[in-house]
Amino acid sequence: MEGLIQQVFAGLANGAIYAALGIALVIIYQATHHINFAQGEMAMFSTYIAWSLINAGIPYWWAFAATIVLSFVGGVAIQRIVLRPFDHAPALSVILVSVGLLLVFNSLAGWLFTYTMKSFPSPFPATAPSPTSYLSMHEIGIIAVTGAMLAMVYAFFRLTPLGLAMRAAAENPVSSALSGINVGRMLATGWGLAAAVGAVAGMLVAPIVFLDPNMMSGIIIYSLAAALLGGITNPWGAMVGGFIVGIVENIAGAYLLGTEVKLAIALAIIVGVLLVKPAGLFGQRSVKRV
Amino acid sequence: MFALTPARKSIDQTRSLSLRWHVGALVCIICIALLLPMFVTNYRIFQATMLLVYAIAVFGLNILTGYNGQISIGHGAFYAIGAYTAAILIDYYGWPYWLSIAPAAFICFCVGILIGIPALRLEGHYLALATFAFAMALPQVLRYKAFEHWTGGVQGISLLKPEAPAALPVSPDAWLYYLTLAITLLLFWLGRNLLHGRLGYAMTAIRDNSIAAAAMGINVSLCKTIAFAISATYTGIAGALGAIVVQFVAPDSFNFFISISFIVAVVVGGIGTISGAFYGAAFIIFMPNWADHISKAAPWAVYGLCLILFLAVMPGGIASIISRYLPIVIHSISRLPIAFRTLVARISP
Repeated sequence: MEGLIQQVFAGLANGAIYAALGIALVIIYQATHHINFAQGEMAMFSTYIAWSLINAGIPYWWAFAATIVLSFVGGVAIQRIVLRPFDHAPALSVILVSVGLLLVFNSLAGWLFTYTMKSFPSPFPATAPSPTSYLSMHEIGIIAVTGAMLAMVYAFFRLTPLGLAMRAAAENPVSSALSGINVGRMLATGWGLAAAVGAVAGMLVAPIVFLDPNMMSGIIIYSLAAALLGGITNPWGAMVGGFIVGIVENIAGAYLLGTEVKLAIALAIIVGVLLVKPAGLFGQRSVKRV
Repeated sequence: MFALTPARKSIDQTRSLSLRWHVGALVCIICIALLLPMFVTNYRIFQATMLLVYAIAVFGLNILTGYNGQISIGHGAFYAIGAYTAAILIDYYGWPYWLSIAPAAFICFCVGILIGIPALRLEGHYLALATFAFAMALPQVLRYKAFEHWTGGVQGISLLKPEAPAALPVSPDAWLYYLTLAITLLLFWLGRNLLHGRLGYAMTAIRDNSIAAAAMGINVSLCKTIAFAISATYTGIAGALGAIVVQFVAPDSFNFFISISFIVAVVVGGIGTISGAFYGAAFIIFMPNWADHISKAAPWAVYGLCLILFLAVMPGGIASIISRYLPIVIHSISRLPIAFRTLVARISP
């Protein structure tokens, strides 16, 4: 029983990471109706930027803020420069372009920063909050930051006019343009926001998994599973989905299959959700007009 | 408008020429391919064999993605299944290597159907996502302890290089090359007939508009499942051949990037073209060798950039460029003797 509780809490900590990246996926989906396969690599690259800034002697929180701003600008630039020619292209092209971005960011990070693992500092104290606690301060910090980020994203999409305009631009670009929404700017803002949220996720993950160009390759699969499970249209869903995926992954890894085939669990979740309930737990069912 | 007419006429003439040129070019290429092992080193023969192997795999993916519009960014998984089937049959059950290709094809066909059926409910992004996860998870399954008895775990399986039949005076490398060449020609001939037949047109119709295709009486589900199974079969055969040629399979040789290579090859070679498979395969064989000199990361950077650039600038890939400009080049070359004769006639009194 003790072991099981430990696995559940470890699962919660992992789940918060998947949720953080899952929120970035939800933002891109809300803003563009595309799934961004490069999200994990973009987050990894942002984390390298933060690492460079910290190494240059800038205090952690200043580097943190600067990375978020730089990632936002980078995300906007990617949308404007790389994805804009594909505004009216079929889904296949957009998917392949995001795979291309994945490759470019992965190799660029390897090129600039080498493939050796680097340690990344945590802003939270290394000591456990109490001797009997199941979570370290860093893990509690991840859950808190992810929760705060989620609340902000949710409020942004639900309560602000800009959020509403972004959802409208993704849902029906032509009719939003006719209503006076600058659709191109909305898409770019969506990419910028997702890149910024991804940067936060990357900086939270890096102290745990260490920084290297392939650090996100497993995490992105779980985050996709989390976002789908929660319903890719709903940020809260991504959070709940992240926790469920994290706990299921840990318990199944510990008791059923062993840790070597954990990715197969993510695959099972993805395929299961898509087949049984494509809208996810909390998502809106999409209706296709013929 | 008036000024353009003669030019257009000459292009029409080249089109009428093009069938004869096509057959001629094909015969020439096959002759060159047959004679190739006599003139190059064993390493080059090996590369040429791998080019053919990858061309089969890329053609398989193109049948699914290019002709049927179903996106798979995890086709390396079928390549791995074909390779492992062949390797296990040869190593564990002692089958002769040439007999192991058919079971590999059959197993990939079955797995293709098994995955093709859930894929019916997934479109666009979601199918890409599911195949992405499939390709990421497979190496872990291959490494799994419970299957180590057959798969060899992390170490993988090493095979012996097959000898050429005693009656033939060729080296083992050349023999494998000829075997692969024969299978390649057979598969491309079958594939071409398939794509230009009833099923192929149905697949293309579904790609272009599945609702209209259904209204025309095409059984969309059946057709898409068959497309998936055929595509998996082609890639699986390529995997089996690849295992025999390389003489080694291991989980790490079938990581996510082999799936990426195939999709890059499809885009660079030409989505929805048959000849594109060869250009794409040549690209993923020779480009990494060349780019490795610059940096370890360079091949993947070039893959990524080529993927984006080709989609933006040349969505038809290399095949579209060749099919557009080759007739013009051939036409100008075919006119050279006449031009030469008129030139001579003018110069000589």
